[in-house]
Amino acid sequence: MATATTEVVTAPTTATIPQYKGAELGRSTVQASRSAFAGLLLRDLTVLKKNLKEFLPRTILQPFLLVFVFLYVFPTIGQGIGSGGGVAGESTFATVLVAGVVGLSIMFQGIQAVALPMVQEFGYTREIEDRVLAPMPVSLVSIEKIVSGAIQGLIAALIVFPIAAVVHSKDIHIHLQVHWIQLFVMIPLACIMCSSLGMTFGTRFDPRTVPMLFGVIVIPMTFLGGTYYAWTALSPVKLAGWSWLQTLVLVNPLIYVTEGFRAALTPSHHMHLYVIYPVLIGFCALFLWQGLLGFRRRVLS
Amino acid sequence: MARAVLASDDSDLADVDTHRGGDVIIRTSDLTKVYPGMDRPAVDKLNLEVRRGEIFGLLGPNGAGKTTTAGMLTTMVIPTSGGAVVGGIDVVNQPALAKQAIGVVPQQNTLDRALTVWENLYFHGRFFGMSAGDSRTAADELLEEFHLARWGKAPVMALSGGMAQRLMVARAILHKPEIIFLDEPTAGLDPQSRLALWEILLRLHAGGQTILLTTHYMEEADQLCDRVAIMDHGHILALDTPEGLKAGIEADTIVSLHATGDLTKLARSLSRRRVVTNVVELDGELRVHVKGAADALPAVLETVDKSGSRLNDLTVHEPTLETVFINLTGKELRD
Ligand SMILES: Nc1ncnc2c1ncn2[C@@H]1O[C@H](COP(=O)(O)OP(=O)(O)OP(=O)(O)O)[C@@H](O)[C@H]1O
Ligand SMILES: [Mg+2]
Repeated sequence: MATATTEVVTAPTTATIPQYKGAELGRSTVQASRSAFAGLLLRDLTVLKKNLKEFLPRTILQPFLLVFVFLYVFPTIGQGIGSGGGVAGESTFATVLVAGVVGLSIMFQGIQAVALPMVQEFGYTREIEDRVLAPMPVSLVSIEKIVSGAIQGLIAALIVFPIAAVVHSKDIHIHLQVHWIQLFVMIPLACIMCSSLGMTFGTRFDPRTVPMLFGVIVIPMTFLGGTYYAWTALSPVKLAGWSWLQTLVLVNPLIYVTEGFRAALTPSHHMHLYVIYPVLIGFCALFLWQGLLGFRRRVLS
Repeated sequence: MARAVLASDDSDLADVDTHRGGDVIIRTSDLTKVYPGMDRPAVDKLNLEVRRGEIFGLLGPNGAGKTTTAGMLTTMVIPTSGGAVVGGIDVVNQPALAKQAIGVVPQQNTLDRALTVWENLYFHGRFFGMSAGDSRTAADELLEEFHLARWGKAPVMALSGGMAQRLMVARAILHKPEIIFLDEPTAGLDPQSRLALWEILLRLHAGGQTILLTTHYMEEADQLCDRVAIMDHGHILALDTPEGLKAGIEADTIVSLHATGDLTKLARSLSRRRVVTNVVELDGELRVHVKGAADALPAVLETVDKSGSRLNDLTVHEPTLETVFINLTGKELRD
């Protein structure tokens, strides 16, 4: 090393810095943040486009399998759920399920598009450091990540409809009855809530504890999140006169998402909107706060 | 600290002051970081001034507090107390604003693996508010300039360590920041890549770029930096031009010798000689600092002979920044 280094002390006399136009100096933080935020979003969308080969299968497969098994295989082999009520019963279940699958898909995007990448990021790669050094407050960097996760959640939700429309046994009819205003409130609310939940998890788990995240949190959340049943239908599950399951699942944020979509998309019974929306907004605020806090703690020391 | 300020106060002041106008671009005041759960500060009441246009080096061993210092100046580490102004902006209170003025090459590879080599540069430009056109031109020109044009479409994983480091430097300067920070930019690089990177830094320097780099290679500090702060345990032990630092140790030659026998006794006898200014014992080796090289070597040999020790090996070299470091701390820079 020492021998090689002695040769180079010749400082070049001519500067050859390229002559392109650099960033404008002295912009206000608001101005700089706005363009940085747009830049980060553009980066994420570019990456999403590049990774469609991974994004599409992971987004399509789960709703497809759920719909395929419950709405095609089961009715076809004569063990259709709700078949006690004949084809009408099966169709009622199908209607309940579709709203549930929309909610579930959004939640999985929150985990896959935000939580897992963040775990990787803080566990090994530290790639996000360059984005954290973009001229904007650190909290905006995490908000951008949440927004990009929410966009992926939206795409995932939309993908469910064509799948459900096509994949089911021919006797089943899914009764959709769209309340557009509710839908336009539900979609962003659910997408941002799930994406923030992803940020909250992603900044608190590390690569070693990720299996725990799935086994102990995500799986119970999905099974007890009203995907396969309406919350209102849980009251018969009783112990000493107390509908315990119906009460316990209230701590699960996913239940409000699936119920909200049930209300917005179908004529089925659902939890009261006066409960769904305030609680969803509450969870949204809680996870945003915890997500931003977690991100800040992980990138700054 | 007083010592650090004084060190550049006399002989080298003129030299330093004429350097590119010399207005201060980074100033820290009692900058301190205590990490949670640590009992002593990683950086302790640091007072530092970096002048516009200079290459300023923070030289120190592992754990000296170099990364922590760079981290506080680049908004990534929040100081426990004290302040820092970078490019006229208070980094502690206005981190978002300060980020416009700086470019950073962190200690570890932080290239975006989801993007190609070219895209890493292009999107960096977009983050800093450059237009699509300007970002594209900048990415093209920098890839050309840094001899990476051939790799533009490659994923960053395909780059060698040296190329990845060059790309990180290109990315750091792309938005034309006032100051760039490089944290151990050549650690782990092969000698050739190191030379290539030094050349790039010297070229940026020639173009007036202010550069703050941290390193634990004394050759790097010596050959690249206009001024060097020697750091250990969160403190600056000395700060001066490399020449000034070396001149400060009052020796023109260092005689390193391996000998058998009682080294401590030998060291004592050696230090009684007039030509010997200092003797440091390090891992079974004696570093004898001598002044007046002509009659120094015979004097040293004679002393070794008389002490009854047997000489195994002897090398003679000029003082280096490592010598300065050993003189200040009694230990070696590298382990
Ligand atoms: N995030 C952290 N949490 C707790 N302690 C830390 C953290 N980062 C650094 N330290 C401690 O602070 C001290 C200074 O570390 P720093 O990384 O600044 O040193 P350095 O000079 O950059 O060393 P190196 O050559 O190893 O990069 C060390 O004792 C280190 O263990
Ligand atoms: Mg370091």
